[in-house]
Amino acid sequence: MSIEYLGLSEINGPLVVLEGVQDASFEEIVEITVDRTTKKLGRIIELYEDKAVIQVFEGTENMSLQNTHTKLTGHPMEIALSPKLLGRTFNGVGQPIDDLGTISGIKRNVNGSPLNPVSRKYPRNYIRTGISAIDALTTLIRGQKLPIFSGNGLPHDKLAAQIVKQASLGDNSSDEKFAIVFAAMGVKYDVAEFFRRTFEESGVADHVVMFLNLANDPVVERLITPKVALTAAEYLAFEQNMHILVILTDMTSFSEALREVSSSKGEIPSRKGFPGYLYSELATIYERAGIIDGVDGSVTQIPILTMPNDDITHPIPDLTGYITEGQIVLDRYLHGQAIYPPINVLPSLSRLMKDGIGEGYTRADHQDVANQLFSSYAKVGQARALASVIGEDELSPIDKKYLTFGRAFESEFVGQGEVENRTIETTLNKGWELLRLLPKEELDRINTAILEQYYNAAE
Amino acid sequence: MNKTGLIYGINGPVVYIKGNTGFRMSEMVYVGKEKLVGEVISLSSDTTTIQVFEETTGLRPGEIVEATGDAISVTLAPGILDNIFDGIQRPLSEISKISGAYISRGVTVNALDTSRLWDVHMTAKAGQEVSGGFILAEVPETKSILHRVMVPPNCSGTLLHVAADGTYTINDTIAVLQLNDGTEMNLTLTQKWPIRVQRPVNARFAATRPLVTGQRILDTLFPIAKGGTAAVPGGFGTGKTMTQHQIAKWSDADIIIYIGCGERGNEMTQVLEDFSKLVDPKSGNPLMDRTSLIANTSNMPVAAREASIYTGITLAEYYRDMGYDVAIMADSTSRWAEALRELSGRLEEMPAEEGFPAYLASRLSTFYERAGMVRNLNGSEGSVSIISAVSPQGGDFSEPVTQNTRRFVRCFWGLDKALAYSRHFPAIHWLTSYSEYLGDLAPWYAQHVSPDFVDCRNQIVAILNQESSLMEIVKLIGSDVLPDDQKLVLEVAKVIRLGFLQQNAFHPEDTCVPLLKQLKMMEVILYLYSKSKALVTMGMPMSILKEGNIFERIIAIKYDVANNELEKFEQYKKDIDAFYDQVIEKNA
Repeated sequence: MSIEYLGLSEINGPLVVLEGVQDASFEEIVEITVDRTTKKLGRIIELYEDKAVIQVFEGTENMSLQNTHTKLTGHPMEIALSPKLLGRTFNGVGQPIDDLGTISGIKRNVNGSPLNPVSRKYPRNYIRTGISAIDALTTLIRGQKLPIFSGNGLPHDKLAAQIVKQASLGDNSSDEKFAIVFAAMGVKYDVAEFFRRTFEESGVADHVVMFLNLANDPVVERLITPKVALTAAEYLAFEQNMHILVILTDMTSFSEALREVSSSKGEIPSRKGFPGYLYSELATIYERAGIIDGVDGSVTQIPILTMPNDDITHPIPDLTGYITEGQIVLDRYLHGQAIYPPINVLPSLSRLMKDGIGEGYTRADHQDVANQLFSSYAKVGQARALASVIGEDELSPIDKKYLTFGRAFESEFVGQGEVENRTIETTLNKGWELLRLLPKEELDRINTAILEQYYNAAE
Repeated sequence: MNKTGLIYGINGPVVYIKGNTGFRMSEMVYVGKEKLVGEVISLSSDTTTIQVFEETTGLRPGEIVEATGDAISVTLAPGILDNIFDGIQRPLSEISKISGAYISRGVTVNALDTSRLWDVHMTAKAGQEVSGGFILAEVPETKSILHRVMVPPNCSGTLLHVAADGTYTINDTIAVLQLNDGTEMNLTLTQKWPIRVQRPVNARFAATRPLVTGQRILDTLFPIAKGGTAAVPGGFGTGKTMTQHQIAKWSDADIIIYIGCGERGNEMTQVLEDFSKLVDPKSGNPLMDRTSLIANTSNMPVAAREASIYTGITLAEYYRDMGYDVAIMADSTSRWAEALRELSGRLEEMPAEEGFPAYLASRLSTFYERAGMVRNLNGSEGSVSIISAVSPQGGDFSEPVTQNTRRFVRCFWGLDKALAYSRHFPAIHWLTSYSEYLGDLAPWYAQHVSPDFVDCRNQIVAILNQESSLMEIVKLIGSDVLPDDQKLVLEVAKVIRLGFLQQNAFHPEDTCVPLLKQLKMMEVILYLYSKSKALVTMGMPMSILKEGNIFERIIAIKYDVANNELEKFEQYKKDIDAFYDQVIEKNA
């Protein structure tokens, strides 16, 4: 038997204030019934004696100071978990929207707890995506968080879908305990539909859990969507021993929802109006990836974010880059050249790559080839800048070679088909093919022995 | 009976109590039924404000807040090394035993193992007049480090009783001290010290010895002194953490305190795994034997992040008091500054630049001033060096944290995005970086390495500077039109960049290079330059000089000459002479 509180004392954007509450706790979930018909969920985000500031997930439409009944639930935001989650679709706060009934199982606080660094296991197993630019230069590692920095209109969804379809462990071992958790925050209906179709076509639909908050769904709901999704992912990974790939799209909508609530609360903004705790808030999401020592499962995250105005220094990509273990950056120039996937390799990076490649993982020459490709491609940029000033004809022979190399690198190495699934051997051999376009003495990042072994090797 | 109060309001990590509670500033408190650890951060006649070091989810107004009577402190005793703590010195491995893989709230654990028995060798005798810092006993804490148990600062008197050598826990009494006012005090292996208060020293003096890191660009171009301060600013992916790891692994400090402040969990796991395996070249023992880790990963509570920096520096000062050279890696101080900003925002303080509180600069300066080379209370010499990573927003060095840090550090190792993109590591840019210690350390280099060291270093820097101004021209018209002497400068600068500045952290020989090899490398490069310059002056074109592979061979020295085969350098000089003669012979 719990008390219902009638009415509210203030409504401001997504926030409402309730006075006279007794025994409320911080971050507790409340149920608000509007006009005795519609039910909404809210969360207590500030508490002063008997006055609670509540964030309403479904928005405050139709609410007045008189027509609401508020009930405390006595617990923070929770979600029911069981292996039956697989193949189901939920809304942004974890309620089923596929008419297949509710999930019963153990309940977990969606806020999670920080993983103890002592209990973590450092990720070392590489995931082969079949995409050369990723496999060779920004290798994805199981348990990593590797975001895609994109812009509006760039094919980040296609790329994410291709990764999902092709991802396999480096040794090609078959892997039934693989599942995908997909969380959409403020994305267009078409995007969600695209992913749903892709999952179905590739036959993994019964291994997918979807959490959908579409662009026209309540904004505040987005704040909880990634947490709900990650709680499900952690459960499947660490209690059901599955390897989970989490796709979070679009983190920009999440951050903007945070800004919206923050400004309703009247908080002091830091950069571009975002609250000072954006970093901590993003970190509590991204850090929920990894491997626990002694447990079979893993959580790998591929968050997608669209950089406002393609600006990588915007607070959202900037803070993300400081938390995640690298990034894959998509580029409008390459996209304009009809190169797919348009990955700009220079600002892209995988921090965990160095420990998951080379002898015993991929191939002994992997690190050297990657370094050399990066270094040579960086020189292409200089040659191009020079060519735009003095004209291509005036370039020195070596600079001309770099231009040839650059074009080949972009079209043949970075560029590949949407269904093309390259092995690591193919990828690295292609790398050598390109490096042979340059004179041997220009290859200054490669160990002499490896250079001798591969540079002159017959095709 | 300790003072108590009742929770009135909760806003994120900040908790308010109504009324005058009589709490003290910086006092440690237990908040709520779960006894979450907190600290008093502001007091007024009607409100007490507390920051809580753990998640506040589930707290209710009306729950009790209990004062402890002590300021937030660390426990100082054997067991700190080869250990990993959270921001308020709770041992993470103990927490994992209690709460599993995840860190739950309100876990009460002792900072250090109180049941472990340590071998104690007493060095003090009964009847001795002692004062703060006096060394009572020695404990082999790890294979590498001898822990010196000291009389706490601010205490002096006569030792009434001293225990015999033997095994003791950190809470066993090993001596009884009669203070000057006649009261008796039991001394154990343990002392407590508030984290926000600097530990007293006898005197500070100027830095004269370098902290040798084995990293060429640091040791040669921008050295840091023992007791010095350095900032490593850089956007994401430029190699801040890598630079810190390299220094933590290879520098000649006795003790490393590594503070992971608001950074990635996997990185701390990596340090823990790597440092347990890697062997300290000086002692032959695992690196963890001289290392203590403080981990407040980015998803741990923000208030503890603010405290973690102070916890780290207090531990460092404690080991400095024993006469050790301690180096702190703070990764990253920007996260610490952001924690200040977040808490300041919750307190609704008036913001200064970009939402940071107005006291950002003063907090930074008090932190960096805790570094230094000092004479301790017991007469020994020790030092605390601070190497802090700064993560500027958008990689823009003009933001407040970088700018304010710049004011208080004397070494600036600016990481460059363009270098990182072309995988030139360490991506420390030679034109934006500087070290103010160069002059202070010049006598040391002259005495311990070679009188020519600083001279060689300056020539190298001069060539790099010439290259950068020549590159301005090359960018406009290409390098073909340059006269041969300028082409030579570009060529030699390339040798310096690739062969000297670039250093491969994953190569067994190249990861750490002794000073003497650094000197020899510079000498060979400069020798090549002077010989080539003579040839160019004689009218030989660069294309002829480039015919052989001497430039490539000099670049490869870093891999081809092992750190213990320095005699090979003579051969390179002979080869340069041969190259010189050959060019003249062919083209005379």
